[in-house]
Amino acid sequence: MENFTPVSALIGGVLIGASAALLMLMNGRLAGVSSIVAGVVPPGSVEQAAWRGLFLAGLVAGALIHRTVIDPGASITIAAPLPALLIGGLLVGVGTRIGAGCTSGHGVCGLARLSPRSLVATLTFMAVAMLVVFAVRHVAGGW
Amino acid sequence: MAQMLVAAIAGIVFGLGLGVSQMVDPAKVLAFLDLAGDWDPSLAFVMGGAVAVSLVAFRYSLRRRAPLLARSFALPEVSGIDARLLAGAALFGAGWGLVGFCPGPAIASFAFDQVESVLFVAAMAAGMAVANLVPGPSRRLGTTEA
Repeated sequence: MENFTPVSALIGGVLIGASAALLMLMNGRLAGVSSIVAGVVPPGSVEQAAWRGLFLAGLVAGALIHRTVIDPGASITIAAPLPALLIGGLLVGVGTRIGAGCTSGHGVCGLARLSPRSLVATLTFMAVAMLVVFAVRHVAGGW
Repeated sequence: MAQMLVAAIAGIVFGLGLGVSQMVDPAKVLAFLDLAGDWDPSLAFVMGGAVAVSLVAFRYSLRRRAPLLARSFALPEVSGIDARLLAGAALFGAGWGLVGFCPGPAIASFAFDQVESVLFVAAMAAGMAVANLVPGPSRRLGTTEA
């Protein structure tokens, strides 16, 4: 656990919660990113795409502000090889639509609404993700 | 117009949160999911903090008749646990575990100028477009998020 960063994790979590709070109190919307993305992927209405596009642009801007102003040394590592990257993206796209939510929609907003549906979804995707990581790293010896 | 500004600000705050917590980094996410390795439980604190804040804020907000800037709350109509929910969550989990990206961090990672981010999001968007063609109760946009 040498990379354990509970304080910055908690601060980041509070910011994400504040974002969800803002969107709900002001606009009456849930900050479920997969649904927001799906709203700008065809077939969607132009009217609904506008606020979603702004939210997504903000997402990039926020990460950019963090990377450039708050923590100029920040970097990320995307280790998955190309085929895994594309298959993973497809699975995340299909799965979040069929299951109607992702880490933010079910894992944050859904749990915050005490939705049993979201609790089951969250436990399911966490368990499967952990199994896949185990298979990739400890069985196949991958990334 | 005010709603558009709120959406942009909410996105920025969310993106800051993903950066500060390092959830934008797939390596950090995989370290959380890797129970059998050098396990890093940090992301449990991200989720804990986010749920705690939204739990209180949603309680307060949903007691109101309407949100401050819109006519009504757009909440999911779907309830109940079915095979569709489980299958979708399992597929999503498989993709998440394979790469370490879920939708929010994948998009926020555009800030790091890596072509892998774009490839992942393109594949994700393609997956969503395909899933949107399949009829079903969880398909409708806008009101079906969890």
